[in-house]
Parts: sequence; structure tokens; C-alpha cells
Amino acid sequence: MAITMTSAAEQHVVKHLEHRAKGVGIRLGVRTTGCSGLSYVLEFVDDAAAEDEVFLCGEVKLIIDPKSLLYLDGTELDYVKEGLNEGFEFKNPNVKDECGCGESFHI
Amino acid sequence: MALLQISEPGQSPQPHQRKHTVGIDLGTTNSLVATVRSGMAEVLADEQGRELLPSVAHYTSEGVSCVGYEAAEHNISDPLNTLASVKRLMGRGLADVKAFGDQLPYEFAADDGGMPKIKTVAGLVSPIQVSAEILRKLAGRAEIAFDSMLDGAVITVPAYFDDAQRQATKDAATLAGIKVLRLLNEPTAAAIAYGLDQDEDQERTIAIYDLGGGTFDISILRLSKGVFEVLATGGDSALGGDDFDHAIADWLRQQIGMDGDLSPIQQRILLEAAKSAKEELTESEQVELQIHDWQGTITRPLMHDLIDGLIDKTLRACKRSLRDAGLTSDSIDNVILVGGSTRTPRVGAKVAELFGREPLCNLNPDQVVAMGAALQAEVLVGNKSGDDMLLLDVIPLSLGVETMGGLIEKIIHRNTTIPVAKAQEFTTFKDGQTAMAIHILQGERELATDCRSLARFELRGIPPMVAGGAKIRVAYQVDADGLLSVSARELTSNVESRIEVKPSYGLGEEEITNMLQASFSHARDDMQARALREQQVEADRMIEDLLAAIYKDGDALLDKEERRCLKVAIEELREVRESTTEHRPLARQIESVAKASEEFAARRMDASIKSALAGQTLDEIEKG
Repeated sequence: MAITMTSAAEQHVVKHLEHRAKGVGIRLGVRTTGCSGLSYVLEFVDDAAAEDEVFLCGEVKLIIDPKSLLYLDGTELDYVKEGLNEGFEFKNPNVKDECGCGESFHI
Repeated sequence: MALLQISEPGQSPQPHQRKHTVGIDLGTTNSLVATVRSGMAEVLADEQGRELLPSVAHYTSEGVSCVGYEAAEHNISDPLNTLASVKRLMGRGLADVKAFGDQLPYEFAADDGGMPKIKTVAGLVSPIQVSAEILRKLAGRAEIAFDSMLDGAVITVPAYFDDAQRQATKDAATLAGIKVLRLLNEPTAAAIAYGLDQDEDQERTIAIYDLGGGTFDISILRLSKGVFEVLATGGDSALGGDDFDHAIADWLRQQIGMDGDLSPIQQRILLEAAKSAKEELTESEQVELQIHDWQGTITRPLMHDLIDGLIDKTLRACKRSLRDAGLTSDSIDNVILVGGSTRTPRVGAKVAELFGREPLCNLNPDQVVAMGAALQAEVLVGNKSGDDMLLLDVIPLSLGVETMGGLIEKIIHRNTTIPVAKAQEFTTFKDGQTAMAIHILQGERELATDCRSLARFELRGIPPMVAGGAKIRVAYQVDADGLLSVSARELTSNVESRIEVKPSYGLGEEEITNMLQASFSHARDDMQARALREQQVEADRMIEDLLAAIYKDGDALLDKEERRCLKVAIEELREVRESTTEHRPLARQIESVAKASEEFAARRMDASIKSALAGQTLDEIEKG
């Protein structure tokens, strides 16, 4: 099982962690809500929990709880610019369908 | 596809719940829009990657044709329909605007609301409409960037903007369909961008030196427990980095030996050469120039000679503001540089010398205000939880109401933090009075005529009662944007009347300072004037009451001689009231009339008790 991220995503995560001046890494996760079942979590992490899995990606720790990992295995975190819009995107091979906006999805 | 941002631990938004907010720096020359992404404030660029938006709109007979860079290109070919620098006009009256007539090329027409409109081929256009076009353009940029509607914006205004100018800015946002989360003072926004508000325990004093293209502002703020208080503002609305360019261009012109009037094109060439020389000299020690067949060198020391006089002018304004705030330069904890013209290293060096400390300048000085506004918007909309940044501002001048005798009763004192609501009870002056005029004033002086009139309204339908019988509660409320609403309610009948204050013309920073200064320099006169007016009101009341009493009970209770004496005493009082400019003689006269009428008052009291008791048994009286 593994989680990865692109170099564009890594650059941005490093920049944001530096600006925030604290935090051990970022958390990727899923939770059940939204118009189509599940939605993504993307947060700074100050303290990882004991049960968390940690994937080192370059100099950044990607932290994920074991339950979310089931839904996110094989996911690549990317940073994309679409015109003026920019931000992180989960490239998740497990997704069967998502709501029109992509903010929530089904496995 | 919605793209994600990194949230603080435990604060990932629900799908579709993330609120999209921006901070907008609505500037005189240029405007910007910023937002917070993954905890960082970032300025949003347009499709061409340009971050600034010139605050310019161009009008054709069809209406607005374009806004921003495109509009600015019409500046020379169609100056009357290319509206720039309208921020100078926001919330101003026609008289104020005529005062800067030579700075702006437009033709103005009065409007019923008092704010001037600009004559264009598209008809009359108000400064609010032009500002709305600029705001709409910036909001549109943000909505493309978010791929979503905007949930709200924080818009910045100069610290010295008064109620009318703030309201005009809010009106422009409403017209552009933007929800204003709040208006924020520009220097406060700069301090937030540098995170100075995060250190809550420490009280600190901050100077914000803001040198734009055409304006200079200095603000002294005090930050304590998350509250920003404006201690003093100052500046020069006609001094900026453009003047550096002009100074260098004039020198170039002398060197080249261009005489007579220059064509607009020649002028432009000189100015552009001057500007690029100025910009290159921020990095290098000297720059080679070639204009037509002239060749020359400008060194840093030469440029300093040309612009030092201008910089010194800003430093004098800084010293004045320090004096106004009652501070010395070494009591300033932080100095922040704002505005593109502070990139000239000489400016930073001279500011550092004045304040005796290195100014903060690591953030882009063009962007710092918009960034602070974006951070504030993020908090206000609740994306960032916790009230770790609950910002408050203070009102710059006291707000009050005119009372009898043309005096001002201050309801909310200056430097009170906003939002604030305060009320005071007033009563009627005459028997049977059914209406009361509420005159809302702003200022520190004691007489209404020396303060600034903001609005008037009337409370009608007060039930007729004896003088002093009605209870009228006048409530002043200032919201978080510094906008004032006033209500008056008669408490026994609950009749109510209210007004939102949109004063018809604005006050400049200088006028606010002058009003404050005047209140100090006239303190003694004001005290005497107030004392005199109070005695005059007392005299009027006494004359009125006595005449009414004589009319009613004079025949029954006074003999001819007593009546003559009282009449004479009243006449004397009236004379002194009209002639004296000192309150003491009037007070003595009031005293003597009171003595002269004592006996009469006692008899009236007896008579009224007798008539009240007449026809009642002792029993009834004891029970009652």
C-alpha cells in the first residue's frame, strides 16, 4: 500500500509548511459526507497519531489513518493550475464515480 | 473539478461548504485582490499574469467599455471619458471636489444626494459606479480563480476615511454585487499581513508609511489586546512616486536642452525614461540612458539629490503625525513600508533613519494591504476557526447630539472601539411639546456650530405633556464598518424615528486633525461658551415659566406693585441675557430673579395644594 505525490504538489506542500512554521507533515484522508458519499481531507499535522501510517515523499511526511488508506491506496496527490484556479487534486484509482464538482466521490 | 487547499488540523471543510473570500485593496491608482490558500495570503493575477488592476474605467456612449489596463490606454486619447483616481471623490461634496479641480480633468455636475457626478458621453457617472466597475472586475477574477461564487470580501479604506466615504465604498460593493464582510483600515491590513496582531500580550505602536504612485499616507496605530487604535494619520494626497519620476524627467529635460512646451509624446518618453532609470537604480549604482541622440549617466547620488526634497516632505508629515499622537520616534515598535514607491532604497533608508529602526519590507509593498484584507476575510467568514483575530477599530471623532442652547452632548466619545451602541435620555423643553429635532454632530468642540453636522431628523407624535415630562431615548449605534445609525424613541408612547447617517460630504484627514487641534486650542473659549449657553438656556426657561405663571395666577396671587416688580426683574434678566458675553453676570441676574419670585412661587404652591385638597375629607387624604 502506498501514497505518493507529484513534484508540483511537493513544492507547494513544502512552501506552505515553511510559511506555517510548524507541523510535521500533511494528512490525507477520507470521511463520509457530501452529496456523493465520501470526501477528501487535506490538513496540516502537528502530532501524528500512533495508528497513523506515514509515507515519506521527498522531505515531506504524508500521514494517513489506516481506515482512509483503504480508500486512498495508490493515490497520487497532485497540484494543478486550471487557468486562474489552482490547488491540490487527489488522483485516486479507487474512485468509481464522483459528484459533478468532484468534492465527493464513491468507491 | 474542485481543487483542494490544505486546512488546519481538524478543520477540513465539508464538501461545498468552503467559503470563498477575498481581500480587496481598492486603491487610488491601482487595485488588487487577494485570497488565502492553504493558510497563505496570495494575490490573484489575471489571465495575463498581471496582479495590479489600474483603477480606471473607460466609458463610451454605450456605457462602460473596459476597466483596468485597457481603460488606462484611453487616458491620453479620451481623457474626459477615462475615469481614474475616483477614490479621491468618494463620499465627497461638490465643494470638496472643486478644491482638487486642477488635479482631475473631469467636468462635474451636482447630484441630489450631494455627491458629485462626472459628465461623460455615457451620461452622468458617479464615483460609486466607477468603483463598482473596478470591484466587479476584481470579484470576477476571483470567481474564475475559485470556479465558484464569492461568499464575501473585506475591502480596505484609508484610516482617515469618514462615515460618508466608508458608506460610499460599501455602496460601490453592493452595486457590484459583493457582500462586504467589513471595511478595514489600510494600515491595519498591512499590520495584519505582517502578523503583528498575532502577538496578543504585547502592546505595541506601529507606524505605517504608505507611499503610492500619487498619494502619501502615514498612520500611527496602537495595538493592544487585538484592538487597533488609530492614534494619528497624516500625509499628502498629492505626493507620490510619480513625483520622483517628474523630478528625474525635469533633470533629463535640462540635460537634453529641450525648451518650450513639450508634446504629450515627448513628455511621455521623458517620464518613461525617468521611471525606468529610477527602477534600475534600486539594483545598480548607476544607469546609462539614451534619449534620441542624447546620452548620459544617472548615478544613485544624483538621483538622491533630485528626490531627497520629496522624501523629506514625507518625513515632515511623519513627524507631524508623531507629534499629533503625542509620541516620539523611539516609541514606535514597528515600521511597515507599504506602496510600490517604497521600493526605492533611499526611501527605506531615510524612513529607517527617522524612526531609528529597520522597517518591515519583506512582503511585496504593493500587495501587503490586499493580503492583510484577505487574512481578515478568512477569519470573518469562519474558515479559520477561533477568534484569534477579532479586530476592532475606533471612531476618530466624538458623535453627539445638539441640545438646547446650541450645545453638543457627546453620546459616543472619540477612540471608543467599534461596534458600539450607546443611548441617553432627553426630555422636552416646553409644555405640550409634540416634536423634537435631533441634530447629529461629530467633533470635539462644545458648541454645535463648531462641530460637523452629520444629519438631522425629527421625532414627531410625542404626546403633549408638561416640560420635562416626556422621556426620549436617543440611541447611537456604530457598526463594525464605522457606519452610524441613530434612533429616537419616546418611552411612554413608543413613537420612534430613526436615521442612517450618510453625510453629504466628507472630511479629509487634515480636517479631522484640525478639528482635534481646534478643540484643544479653543478649550478655554469653549468652556466659557458652554457656561454662557447653559445660563442662557436657564434664563430663557425662567422667563418663559414666570410669564406663564403670571398669566395664569398673577391676578389672584399678586398685587399691582408685586406684579410690576416681577415684570421689571424679568425685563432686566432679558436684557442681560441679550447683552452679556460672560456667564457670571447672567448667573447673578438669574439668581436675583429667582429671589424676587420666591414669594410668588410659594404662594402658588400653597394655592395648588389647597385646590388639590379642596373637597376631600381628612380620611381620604390619609388613605391617599
